[in-house]
Amino acid sequence: MFEDEGVSLSAVQLAPEERARTVEQLQAQIRAMQATGLGARTLPTRPELAPLLPGGALKAGVAYAVPDSLTLAMLLMAGPSAAGGWCAAIGVPDFGIEAAAGFGVDLDRLVLVPEPGEAWLAVAAQVADVLPVVLLRPPARAAAGEAARLASRLRQRGSTLLVLGPWAQAEATLEIETTSWTGIGTGSGYLAGRDVRIAVTARDIRTVHPVRIRDDAWSIGEADLWAEQPARRRLEAV
Amino acid sequence: MTPERAIVAWCPDWPIRAGAAEAGVDLEAEIAVVEAGVVAACSAAARAAGVRRGLRIREAQARCATLTVLPANPAADARHFEPVLLALEAGIPTVQVARPGVVVIRAQGPTRYFGGEAEAADAVLGLLAAAGVPEARVGLADGPFAAEQAARSTTAARRSRIVPLGGSAAFLAPLPVALTGLPELTQVLAKLGVRTLGAFAALPVDQVRDRFGPSGEAAHRVAAGLDARRVVPRTAPKDRDARIEFEPPLDRVDQIAFALRRTAEGFLDALTADLAVCTGLTVEITTEDGGVRRRTWLHPRSFTPLDVVDRVRWQLTGVGVEELSAAVTAVRLTPENVDAAANHEQGLWGGGPDERIHHALSRVQSMLGHEAVLTATVGGGRLVADRRVLAPWGERAAPQRDPERPWPGRLPGFSPASVLGDRPDVAVLDPAGETVAVDERGMPSGPPAGFVPPGSSSRLLVTAWAGPWPVDERWWDPAAARSVHRLQVVAGDGSAWLLCFESGRWWAEARYD
Repeated sequence: MFEDEGVSLSAVQLAPEERARTVEQLQAQIRAMQATGLGARTLPTRPELAPLLPGGALKAGVAYAVPDSLTLAMLLMAGPSAAGGWCAAIGVPDFGIEAAAGFGVDLDRLVLVPEPGEAWLAVAAQVADVLPVVLLRPPARAAAGEAARLASRLRQRGSTLLVLGPWAQAEATLEIETTSWTGIGTGSGYLAGRDVRIAVTARDIRTVHPVRIRDDAWSIGEADLWAEQPARRRLEAV
Repeated sequence: MTPERAIVAWCPDWPIRAGAAEAGVDLEAEIAVVEAGVVAACSAAARAAGVRRGLRIREAQARCATLTVLPANPAADARHFEPVLLALEAGIPTVQVARPGVVVIRAQGPTRYFGGEAEAADAVLGLLAAAGVPEARVGLADGPFAAEQAARSTTAARRSRIVPLGGSAAFLAPLPVALTGLPELTQVLAKLGVRTLGAFAALPVDQVRDRFGPSGEAAHRVAAGLDARRVVPRTAPKDRDARIEFEPPLDRVDQIAFALRRTAEGFLDALTADLAVCTGLTVEITTEDGGVRRRTWLHPRSFTPLDVVDRVRWQLTGVGVEELSAAVTAVRLTPENVDAAANHEQGLWGGGPDERIHHALSRVQSMLGHEAVLTATVGGGRLVADRRVLAPWGERAAPQRDPERPWPGRLPGFSPASVLGDRPDVAVLDPAGETVAVDERGMPSGPPAGFVPPGSSSRLLVTAWAGPWPVDERWWDPAAARSVHRLQVVAGDGSAWLLCFESGRWWAEARYD
């Protein structure tokens, strides 16, 4: 049987590097079609953010990586927090609570552990035991075994981890690809809003979504909305 | 409501007794206690020399050259009265303290117990004499006010006076209106020719209410002998402090924590026996070198013995320090806030998710220290860091300044996501590569063109900027004054920053990321 496959592949006469790429692509497709868990529970998600995420909502019991943007992490937190969930921010001493409140995070149900020190993984595990959303900035790279133990704990407890940094077992990685600011000129105005393109990488598939963030309100723009407005596209190139 | 019979026991010149004991002055000397520049009380000897209440100090001293002047000290008055009160309570348990030196007792119980009103009055006098106040006076009448006036109308020869049931109005009638204790009312009534309580009581009640309001109406009722105030007996405070002494003094935190466990249990068991729980606790640690560390801890629910030990341990050490600077000789636990246990009972099915959250976060606190787990609220202020108010988990985060106030000069628009607490240095450069300075009129020396972010040496292009906006705070207070100019810049890589220029230096206040 294996020989048969080998024969059919060799029949197409693929170059070795092209063959490797095809295998990679096929594997990615298989991974994308496979569900990671049976009937994975989802958390309440802001409707504006839901289309960005694989599965259409924040999943409980998995990790998301948000390497470079606290704003994005706060936006992800806002959905569960507004629906009555508790949130924690571990290792983030610069967490701007006023911005978080503006995005919809309820400060009455927010816990900060700004300096977890060496014990950051233990603290994260302890907090993830009881709180549904945990934002973590790892001060160092976690050992693979430690990270796997935390991942199984998350799965067991149904808590969602948002990591401000790279994370190997992330369900999806959200990054701000480009950003353009509105309301500010040269010596005039003030920062009143921003248009960002959020790149979501889930299982090696990268999609880009435009999102507009205004003072307190924010919304997802249509992709072709950008094409219709050349002025904004010019800004986008910044 | 008809007035109830009341006994008032009055210890004459109590501030003088307390003040003399406090200052170590002979009670027979000429003494005056002075409050707000006038004599508030004077001893018998001073009175004989012509000193009266209400005299100015200068005049009192002119009348009596040997006068000892003591400042009024209500705390000392109360402290010296406490033993007298305890002695009185040993015989008659329901005692209300009107003020140090004057107590009110509901007459009904003692009258029945001692077999008559005269006997009850004598019993009170006997108890007070045994407590060291042989010159005390007692009055018995309808309502506390009439009873106090009866006590004050006694003489040294006949130290108790009983106004018969229903006779209070007639007894009070000839007394001056000033006894109501309302100066405004007294003044107006004097102008109207009403000088006695009897004449005041004869005025129609609705006109008194119209002219003097509710307080005047209450005074009118009292003057008519219808004092409806009830006697509310005090509950004697119990000593709930727990104290443990270490001999020899201990210098290891784990030893102290171990030794303290039993004390903490006993301390809370005593509260539990009275159906109370402790929600606030003051821990006082005495060290060998005589130092005392005192701190009050709050608890979102109520303390368990383990929590108490944890608080003591946190107070003993900063995070991670096992050895103490000085050995500990004693620890005292004082309950600050005590609440009825019924308010803290768990539901039949447990406390729900909040209980679990609290336990987990308390465990993190015992790993990292009390201040490691924080809750946040938005406070008032202009700089972003000022608007963030943090409090340890379990304590109240009460912003001292109201965020809803206008705060002119605060940032409009977006709030930055990252608040940089450590104020990292940055550089803002004009097109010529010189550092941009802001003069005292708030004008930049040149347009910001280049920007070096914190912790980096590469220079970014500034694509947009706004400001500088001045913030000049608390200039009247040199310790807290702050004068900065704030600038928003958007760098070439798309990052946006909030920068501050303060005395020639640029630092980053926050980042929009």
